[in-house]
Amino acid sequence: MAARSKMILGRVAQAIPVVMGVVVISFLLTRALPGDPAAYFAGPAADEASIAEIRETLGLDKPLVQQFFYYVGDLIRGDLGTSLTTGQTVLTDLGARLPASLELTLAALLLSCAIAIPLGVLAATRPGTWVDHLCRVLVTAGVSMPTFFTGILLIYIFYYLAGLAPSPLGRLDFIYLSPPHVTGFYLIDAALAGDWETWLGALKQLVLPATTLALFTLAPIARMTRAAMLSALSSDFIRTARAAGLSDGKVLFGYAFRNALLPVVTTLGMVFSFTLGANVLVEKVFAWPGIGSYAVEALVVSDYAAVQGFVLAMALLFVALNLVIDIAYALIDPRIGLN
Amino acid sequence: MLSIKDLSVAFKTRKGEVNAVRGISLDVAKGKTLGIVGESGSGKSVTSYALMRILDAGGEIRTGEVVYGGIDLRAASERDMRDIRGREISMIFQNPRAALNPIRRVGHQVEDVLIRHAQATRQDAKAKAIAALEAVKINDAVARYDAYPFELSGGMCQRIVIAIALACKPQLLIADEPTTGLDITTQKAVMDLVGELARERGMGMILITHDLGLASQYCDRIVVMKDGLIVEEGDPQKLFTDPQHAYTRKLVDATPRVGASIRNLLPPETRTAEPAHKVHDRPLLEVRDLVKTYPGKSGPVQAVKSISFQIKSGQSLGLVGESGSGKSTTSEMVVRLQDPTSGNILFDGQDIAATPSARFMRHPMRGEIQMVFQDATDSLNPRGTAASAIAEPLARIARMRGSKLNARVAELAELVGLPQPLLSRFPHQLSGGQKARVGIARAIALEPKLLILDEPTAALDVSIQAIVLNLLVDLRAQMGMSYLFVSHDLNVVRLLCDEVLVMKHGEIVDRGPTAAVMNNPSHEYTRSLIEAAPQPPNPVAA
Repeated sequence: MAARSKMILGRVAQAIPVVMGVVVISFLLTRALPGDPAAYFAGPAADEASIAEIRETLGLDKPLVQQFFYYVGDLIRGDLGTSLTTGQTVLTDLGARLPASLELTLAALLLSCAIAIPLGVLAATRPGTWVDHLCRVLVTAGVSMPTFFTGILLIYIFYYLAGLAPSPLGRLDFIYLSPPHVTGFYLIDAALAGDWETWLGALKQLVLPATTLALFTLAPIARMTRAAMLSALSSDFIRTARAAGLSDGKVLFGYAFRNALLPVVTTLGMVFSFTLGANVLVEKVFAWPGIGSYAVEALVVSDYAAVQGFVLAMALLFVALNLVIDIAYALIDPRIGLN
Repeated sequence: MLSIKDLSVAFKTRKGEVNAVRGISLDVAKGKTLGIVGESGSGKSVTSYALMRILDAGGEIRTGEVVYGGIDLRAASERDMRDIRGREISMIFQNPRAALNPIRRVGHQVEDVLIRHAQATRQDAKAKAIAALEAVKINDAVARYDAYPFELSGGMCQRIVIAIALACKPQLLIADEPTTGLDITTQKAVMDLVGELARERGMGMILITHDLGLASQYCDRIVVMKDGLIVEEGDPQKLFTDPQHAYTRKLVDATPRVGASIRNLLPPETRTAEPAHKVHDRPLLEVRDLVKTYPGKSGPVQAVKSISFQIKSGQSLGLVGESGSGKSTTSEMVVRLQDPTSGNILFDGQDIAATPSARFMRHPMRGEIQMVFQDATDSLNPRGTAASAIAEPLARIARMRGSKLNARVAELAELVGLPQPLLSRFPHQLSGGQKARVGIARAIALEPKLLILDEPTAALDVSIQAIVLNLLVDLRAQMGMSYLFVSHDLNVVRLLCDEVLVMKHGEIVDRGPTAAVMNNPSHEYTRSLIEAAPQPPNPVAA
């Protein structure tokens, strides 16, 4: 156990230079963007003097190095600056929007895993049969359609035609009040508050966008599960287990599946990162107040503080995610973490 | 106890049906050991999988019956078969480390079987699993219970596999090449253990092996299989001293043994006179105080501890030792794939250890020292043809191009006896023996003075091994090469080498002319190695 906690500490330490690099790069990249935020915020009627004035209040007239040190100094104090578009601190914005994106992504991944993993296992145990082919067709279809198209299709069918889904406008219908902020995840917050009506309302809003994302992420997870299971099932130790008379369930789940988990967890981590970054289209279609749409809006208007805050938040999230995956590895496979 | 009648097994493959077993009949009596001997593809393993009904997908029993203790195993339901497997009939496999679940504690793997067959409850499973581990003579079984396979040696893993197989006290044990990949002393320990347990429990056993020596030592009766058929059956002594079938005769001949010369391994009609090789007095290779230290988890590990030896021009030196003895590290340092921690490697008087291995590729001596690798399959690029493998050193080191290159490749193929049409084939289209020839042709392409052979025949069937060893003897005489022959098989070293070094724990414990070391070993370790090696009986002259 001591070896394991040491390994975890080591991994955290490895993350520090990564975060520092991200701070520098996000700063430089936002400065490299075309467009002058001072001119943008001064408005179309502004003259040279008022633009210069705004530039001065924003600190954009200072040399780049000095700006960077101001930025780092603010970061250390926990100040990510103020968004020029929303007028709120970036920290507040991220605090409101990051949970929205995370809730959507996690729900989508849970749904995706719940379908893809059993499907992959089933396909691996019966390669070449109709289950296998069905799995292939399903995941290919899911990944072939762009998310905005799937989203619109689902809205058309379930909201417009069938009327089963609520209007695709954000996280909660206007008839509900948002639950008291604890985690920022509406489902969790509503459950904590015991407000099951709001909980159900939030769930209904979540179903369609989560399904859209889930369909898109089915393919990598199902394919990887199938491949990993196939290779695990053809291992020598499976033959030993079968020759010892172990039951099919034990062989399949106790022996093969645990060995197949490693590549599946790797894939999950990758899918999680790209979904979190790429779900901006889904957020747009469902008017989901997530971090992706926030970042795109900020980028368009060269809202430095917001873009930097977003990049930094994502970087920290990925560092944390990789850490979680590494720990998951160590828990699954005793061979990892000792050498 | 077990009776197989007219069993045939077929596999459906993309190229159509393959009949792996074609109507064989055999019986195993209670408390007796039956050996099934044959080379790869003979159907010996498939027979055992068929009777356990654990054939791979696509495999199917076509005809015949398998009766165990009155039960028709072919007709039994899958549910009944699961009860029989592990409790009535158990199996142990080759490559024990892969045969264990890598991420489950070995104690739990033993428990799984005990609980499955209702030999233990959750409460007493641990105690019973530890008892099962103790039964296979695992020291400190309580601590080993919590170990993972990767923390144990190969021999220890095989004991665990045996513990799993025997935990529920089965009546019949099928051992499928149980000692392949294990060291010779470990092999003896494992086989003695299995033999002893079988005797104690009155257990019947089927020993599947390619090793005639092993089979003759541990079996009461032997069947010889070839291409899915039994070609001969009988008492081991009689079968091997006076084989009736031509194939058995060929196998017996090809098995390296005391008293046989290298030409004796070949079928009588293809034997020619053994060419003499000349050993000069001039040392070709001189290794002085060679040390290799690896940084280890708990302090540095000394893989090679200051060894010195020399190879005279034209001489063949055998390097013998078990895994972990440092023999592979030594050979890799000599062939300049690894850098020594300290010491000199003088080749033709020049210290080649002074050039780091990473830059040795461009050293003028690179072509003088070449290597034949252990696994002929893994050491060939799967996407390159045989010709491209042989051409590689010629193009890279000798800068040969065009028609000159093609002519040389053809010449080399001729030299190693590889038919020209095979040159355009890919490794997966070649047999094991053909791949070995490609590996040898590649190594001798630059006419090296020193050839390092790292267990070049370990993965080959005995009849192919016989041919490859003879090829090496011919090439040595023809080209005047010196060999450093790394092997764990003393019988092979005896056939090929002038002198021998015995390594243990990174040190040379015994050395001298091969005959002297083999016949009068001065060191206790050499003696234990020689005693552990199974000695096949010598056939009477045909």
